Amino acid sequence: MKILVRRVYRTRPALQLLVCITLACPEIVFGQAKPLRVCSDPENMPFSNQKLEGFENRIASLIAKDMGTTVSYIWWGQRRGFIRNTMNATLQEGRCDVVIGVPEGYDLVSTTPPYYRSTYVFVYPKGKGLAVKSLDDPALKKLKIGVHLLGDDYTNPPPVHELSKRGVVDNVVGFSTFYSAENPPSAIIDAVASGKINLAIVWGPIAGYYAARQRVPLELVPVPSAPGDLPFAFNISMGVKKGDEALKARIENVRRQRSAEITAILKEYGVPLMDAGRTHAK
Amino acid sequence: MKRLSGICIITASVGFAGIACTSSAPSAPVSTAAPAAAATDADKQWTMPNKNPSATRYSAVSEINTENVKNLKVAWSFSTGVLRGHEGEPLVVGTTMYLATPFPNIVYALDLSKEGAPIKWKYQPKQDAAVIPIACCDTVNRGVTYANGKIFLNQLDTNTVALDAETGKELWKVKQGDYKQGQTVTSAPMVVKDKVISGISGGEFGVRGFVTANDINTGKQIWRMYSTGPEAEVGFAGSVETWKGEEWKRGGGTTWGWYSYDPELDLMYYGTGNPGSWNPDQRPGDNKYSMTIFARNPDTGKAAWAYQKTPHDAWDYDGINENVLVDVNVNGQMRKVLVNFDRNGFSYMLDRKTGELLQANPFVHVNWAKGVDLKTGKPIEDPEKRTSATKNTKDICPSAMGGKNQQPVSYSPRTGFFYVPTNNLCMDYEGVQVKYQAGQPYVGAIVVSKPGPGGNRGEFIAWDPSAGKKVWGIKEQLSAWGGALSTAGDVVFYGTMEGWLKAVNAKTGDVLWKFKTPSGIIGNPMTYVGPDGKQYVAVLSGIGGWSGIGVAADMSLEDPTAGLGAIGAFKDLAAFSNQGGVLTVFSLP
Repeated sequence: MKILVRRVYRTRPALQLLVCITLACPEIVFGQAKPLRVCSDPENMPFSNQKLEGFENRIASLIAKDMGTTVSYIWWGQRRGFIRNTMNATLQEGRCDVVIGVPEGYDLVSTTPPYYRSTYVFVYPKGKGLAVKSLDDPALKKLKIGVHLLGDDYTNPPPVHELSKRGVVDNVVGFSTFYSAENPPSAIIDAVASGKINLAIVWGPIAGYYAARQRVPLELVPVPSAPGDLPFAFNISMGVKKGDEALKARIENVRRQRSAEITAILKEYGVPLMDAGRTHAK
Repeated sequence: MKRLSGICIITASVGFAGIACTSSAPSAPVSTAAPAAAATDADKQWTMPNKNPSATRYSAVSEINTENVKNLKVAWSFSTGVLRGHEGEPLVVGTTMYLATPFPNIVYALDLSKEGAPIKWKYQPKQDAAVIPIACCDTVNRGVTYANGKIFLNQLDTNTVALDAETGKELWKVKQGDYKQGQTVTSAPMVVKDKVISGISGGEFGVRGFVTANDINTGKQIWRMYSTGPEAEVGFAGSVETWKGEEWKRGGGTTWGWYSYDPELDLMYYGTGNPGSWNPDQRPGDNKYSMTIFARNPDTGKAAWAYQKTPHDAWDYDGINENVLVDVNVNGQMRKVLVNFDRNGFSYMLDRKTGELLQANPFVHVNWAKGVDLKTGKPIEDPEKRTSATKNTKDICPSAMGGKNQQPVSYSPRTGFFYVPTNNLCMDYEGVQVKYQAGQPYVGAIVVSKPGPGGNRGEFIAWDPSAGKKVWGIKEQLSAWGGALSTAGDVVFYGTMEGWLKAVNAKTGDVLWKFKTPSGIIGNPMTYVGPDGKQYVAVLSGIGGWSGIGVAADMSLEDPTAGLGAIGAFKDLAAFSNQGGVLTVFSLP
């Protein structure tokens, strides 16, 4: 299996040229290994952006480098239709090999063992008298609470469902995840810092990154799951196309060797890590 | 008045754009009380998406009839060069055919006066390449419309464009929304008098729905009315109080369906979609005016009435389906009514002047509600079938894809029947499955669509509006996702997701002829009389979008193409159909 993989990704130039003449494969640059094709969101910091500033961009480069190649990006907003339009695209040119961040067990792709675990967190100003540590805190009935909205019906972060279960509805403010210059991913954290809302419940990586960039010191407190609640902490893996087990094994092999560097990148971006990302990784 | 192609006179008439070849009068609004008269020259064309302002998709042309339809042959065909799902239909104005493709929304003008219908002009909009990756979801386009020498196109990136019908030259272009905020447009525009009416898509991303009227000559915005919010912005009172706080600001109620117009009452009709962005527990109240039929004055935008079909939606019964304007016998009395086959499985009949609910009968298997209270207009819900994030709700019928989706029905004044392509699908809101959006993991209730009673996923039915009952039905293995066409030849046409175009006896439902087009059909057949005096039937094939494949694959709405090989039903479809937009045009030999 390993030999086969190596052939695919490290075909000798002469052979490659021959293959390309016959099959017309424009993405193979003469004299180089085939790039690692990564599906990524063009505007979703701290995960990724087209300027390659996100931690997923950094991790992709690290993995590709060890595989003796470079990253080639397929850009697509990470929302409904993301996998359908990228990894499973109709046309070969539109398809990618790997998505750097997906939840473990995400069934649209084949996931690697997880490489980090994070959690939804409460975000509120430090030293302003707030000490919310649970969704059952009666203060939540009165505070203006910001949450992200992902879509309609049940397509929303778990805290949204658990708040409504507890009757916390009227004082909840939705923040769109259609990110643009006018609506940057930081908007929800900016709103906490500026006092527009009292508290936000945000997925860890987003909260950690933007909280560190505020002048106002902010508290980040993991949201605990009460019995019967939805989970708030998730393992994050990489995902390859279903059936591409060879590539998955190869990526996982590199990922394991670079585990310390990857964790360092996550920490650099302020990602709140649970169990330091080690619990489930092998 | 302006001459076009030598033989056709276009009149910017008071009611709607009428087109007359030679000197006969513009076509009158559909009169459905009496049997149709002989086809006028205007009948020979197809100048707006649903044929006429009443949206009956009925053509008075009768050369192709129940006797000779078996001889129908391909006259010519045309590749659109685009792979994605092809909804909508071509138009024929004079000797030119116009059609729009899914994104990138190319518009072709084909010259019917020449052999093989060569391309007269092609308009390729310059849309920001980011529109798909950013705004993506469905990239379908439901066609263009024509009036006053102009072709009107709604682009996915929310631009409404007016093109010179003769040359394809861009006359004006107006941006209706911002795709970077999740706003897109997939619906066809409609011209009412001197205004072009456009809707907006994106309810699943919290877009607040609106409808816009622009001047057909300049593009200047005349009015814009929202589905949710204060009276001044909705043109009707009673919305804000059905929401908590300011959540009407991302209230959904998008307007991506079809439009109809009654020139006599001077009212335009359309439906609004599901309430946006919050789960039902998070938006207590009726959430008006999502899931609503609006009747508006086309000059001011103010609403004469609004009727909400599904208050406080918990099933995604996106209420945008077309409203067909007919005059029918209700309890021994002729009434001016509007008939709507809603996603929620009920066929609604309302007095189109007053909005009074006259009838609401299920046209597919429905179990989320036992019926509709005609006095209050409210559904009589089965509480067991109301979904919630924290419980599994099994066997809800119809599914989120609806008893009928966007595919428009047809009404024949000769039979007095509606012809309705339906889905026979139920769903489970069940389990917990980890999902991911905008970098954020969550555990969602998954929607699993499955065949309804009988196992067939679709049925093409004839519906008697007076009786409020099905007359006959043709069971389809897959959902009937293409629109219907009825003609004065008493032949009804519809397409299937496998790619068959079928011709059916309008009275009996006997299948008289069928032809396998290159791809699955989710578009709407239309008919016209060519410059050679022959009747033609045209349909776009081109399977795609989550609609087509999602139904076939029987998978969650989230990403229906996942795990392709594992799904038996999809294997079946794959054996019949492949992607690719092709127009096929038929005639008698």
